[in-house]
Amino acid sequence: MGSEIQSSEIQSSEIKKLTGRGIPLVGNDIDTDRIIPARFLKAITFDGLGEQVFVDDRAQGQHPFDQPQYQGATVLAVNNNFGCGSSREHAPQAIARWGIQAIVGESFAEIFLGNCLAMGLPCVTATPAEVAQIQQQLLSDPQTVLTVDLEALQVRYGNFTTPITLGDGPRQMLLSGTWDACGQLRARASAIRETAGRLPYIAW
Amino acid sequence: MSQGTLFDKVWDLHTVGVLPSGQTQLFIGLHLIHEVTSPQAFSMLRERGLTVLFPERTVATVDHIVPTENQSRPFADPLAEAMMQELEKNVEQNGIRFYSVGSGNQGIVHVIAPEQGFTQPGMTIACGDSHTSTHGAFGAIAFGIGTSQVRDVLASQTLALAKLKVRRVEVNGSLNPGVYAKDVILHIIRKLGVKGGVGYAYEFAGTTFDQLGMEERMTVCNMAIEGGARCGYVNPDQITFDYLKGRDFAPTGSDWEKAIQWWTSLRSDTDAQYDDIVTFDAADIAPTVTWGITPSQGIGVDEAVPTADTLPASEQPIAQEAYEYMDLEPGALIQGTKIDVCFIGSCTNGRISDLREAAKVAQGRHVAQGIKAFVVPGSERVKQQAEEEGLDQVFRAAGFEWREPGCSMCLAMNPDKLQGRQISASSSNRNFKGRQGSASGRTLLMSPAMVAAAAIAGQVTDVRELIAH
Repeated sequence: MGSEIQSSEIQSSEIKKLTGRGIPLVGNDIDTDRIIPARFLKAITFDGLGEQVFVDDRAQGQHPFDQPQYQGATVLAVNNNFGCGSSREHAPQAIARWGIQAIVGESFAEIFLGNCLAMGLPCVTATPAEVAQIQQQLLSDPQTVLTVDLEALQVRYGNFTTPITLGDGPRQMLLSGTWDACGQLRARASAIRETAGRLPYIAW
Repeated sequence: MSQGTLFDKVWDLHTVGVLPSGQTQLFIGLHLIHEVTSPQAFSMLRERGLTVLFPERTVATVDHIVPTENQSRPFADPLAEAMMQELEKNVEQNGIRFYSVGSGNQGIVHVIAPEQGFTQPGMTIACGDSHTSTHGAFGAIAFGIGTSQVRDVLASQTLALAKLKVRRVEVNGSLNPGVYAKDVILHIIRKLGVKGGVGYAYEFAGTTFDQLGMEERMTVCNMAIEGGARCGYVNPDQITFDYLKGRDFAPTGSDWEKAIQWWTSLRSDTDAQYDDIVTFDAADIAPTVTWGITPSQGIGVDEAVPTADTLPASEQPIAQEAYEYMDLEPGALIQGTKIDVCFIGSCTNGRISDLREAAKVAQGRHVAQGIKAFVVPGSERVKQQAEEEGLDQVFRAAGFEWREPGCSMCLAMNPDKLQGRQISASSSNRNFKGRQGSASGRTLLMSPAMVAAAAIAGQVTDVRELIAH
C-alpha cells in the first residue's frame, strides 16, 4: 500500500541536546487545566495556543511567562507532578508553541509525559534539590544558558552539572528521531493484523 | 515485576512486538473518540496521506461541548458548532460509527461505551481523555492518551508504550450507609496522593469491590487517574457478566458461554505477583469532601480543613495555595460551608444508579433558596431510564433543573459554568483551579447523594443525617 510506504518514510528529527535560556515555574501539581484552560480547547487546530498558555495564572500578575527576563527561554524548570489531570495534548502544545523545547522537573504525570514524547518535547527529571538549585539559578540570573544533554544525561550551566533521568524507551526514541512513532507503528500493519486475528474477542 | 495479574495477561495478549526503542507496540481493541481531542489527529492523518486502519474498532460520540439546555443546531456557540461539524466530517470520511445528539445513544463517552456493551473484559481501550480508566471496571486495560497518540491509534490501531507496574489496592469490608464508591476513591487518593499512582496500574480488589455494582466500580476506576494511575481495573466476576448480558454489543447464544470462560481466565491468579499492595478498611471511609485544589485534598464530612502543621512538609505549599484560593479557614469544619451551585452528573457520577441515590435524598425535600442545582444525565439512555422511573419528576419537584446529557460543568466547555468566585458542590472528578469555567471558581468534590444533600441544605451537609430519616 502506497500510503504505508509513504508513512514509514516520515522521519522525525533526532533530539540529542538542547541549549538555551531557562525559565523557572515553581509549584507542585500544576495541572493541565492551569496550563491551558478548557475554554481554549474549543478549536480544531492547536494554532494560537502559545499565547494562551497559563492564561488564568498569568492574569494574576508576576508570572514568569510574562516577565521580560524570561522571554525567549527554551528550557522550563518545574517541580513535582507537573502536567497532572486531563490528557489534553493542548497543554504541551501550548508550552511548546510559547517556545519551550525541553522541560526539567522533579516528576511528571504519566499522560503528559507520553504526549510530550509524541511531540518530541523531552521531559527529564532531577532530584528535588537539584531542580530547586536550577530554579534558584534562573531566578538570580535569568540569562543563564542551560544545556539539556540527552546523550550524557546531564543538565549543565557554568560549572554546574547534574545528572538527569529519562526512561530508556523515550531516550532512544528522541536520540534516534523516532519519537513520532506513527510511521513505525503503521509500517508493521501485517504484524498488527496477525495480533488482531488471534485475539479471542468474541462479539465484535 | 508483576506476574499473573489481569494486567499482565491482557498486556501480553495485545503485544504486537517490541519496538527498536524497547517500548511495546500494543494493539488497541477499542478506540473511543470525541470532538475535543480528535480533530487535530484526523488532520495529521490527512497530511500524511494515511487512512484509518481498523475503522470498525473506533466509536465516536460528542460530549464535552454539547449544551445541556438548547441542543438545536447550529449550536449557539460557533466554536462548538465548528467542532461538531469537524467530527461529523471525520467520521463520515473514515467510516466510523458515530452516536450523535438525538440518536438515542449519545452521551459522555465513558458512559455510552459500557452501557452499549462495547466495553468488555480483556480488551485494551484507549481514548483521548484521561478518564478512560473508567472502562477498567470491566477488567479491561483502559487509559487516556493525547492527540498525537489518537493519530497513532487511527493509523495503526496500536500505541508505543512502556509497561506499567501493578499495585493491588485492596479495600475490605462493607461500606457504611451514606458512603458510596465516590467516597472510596476519594479516600484512596487522599491516602495515596495525586501522584502515588504514577507508573502504576491500580488493581482494585478486596471484599468491598466484590460487593460493588458495575457503575460503582466505574466511579472508582474513573478517578484512578486522579491518583496518578493511568489505568485502574477490577477483575471480572459474576457482577460484570450480569451487567453485560443482553447489552447491544455483548456476545449472545453459544458465544456467551465461551466469552465467560475467557473472561474468567483473565482474572489475576491467586498467586499473582504485584509490584506493590496496599490495604484499606471500608469501615474507615466516611462521606468525603474535598477542601482544596487537588483531589487528594479530601476529608471526611465530619472533619475540619487540616491546618498546615498537621500536613507533611511536601504537602504544605499546595495546601497554602489551596487555603488562599478556596478561602476556607484551616481548622474549620467543612460541614456548614455555604454553597452556590450544585452539579450532579459527569463520567464519574452521571449514571442511573448515581441519579437514583441523589433522588432518594431529594425526594420530598426542596433545594435551599438561592442555590442553583442541576442534574445532567450521563447519556441519552440514562436520561430515558431516569424519566421512565420518574426521577426527573423527583428532581424537578425538589427544585433541581433536569438537563440534556453531556459533560456539562465538569469541565465547562459548554454554557454550564461557575461565575466569579462561586463555590460548587460537584459530583465530578476535578477540583483544580478554574476547572469549572471561572478562573476563580471553587469546587468541592463529593458523591451525588452528598451533592443533593448540599443542595437541600444550601451548605455542605452530612448525607447520613438525611437518609436516616
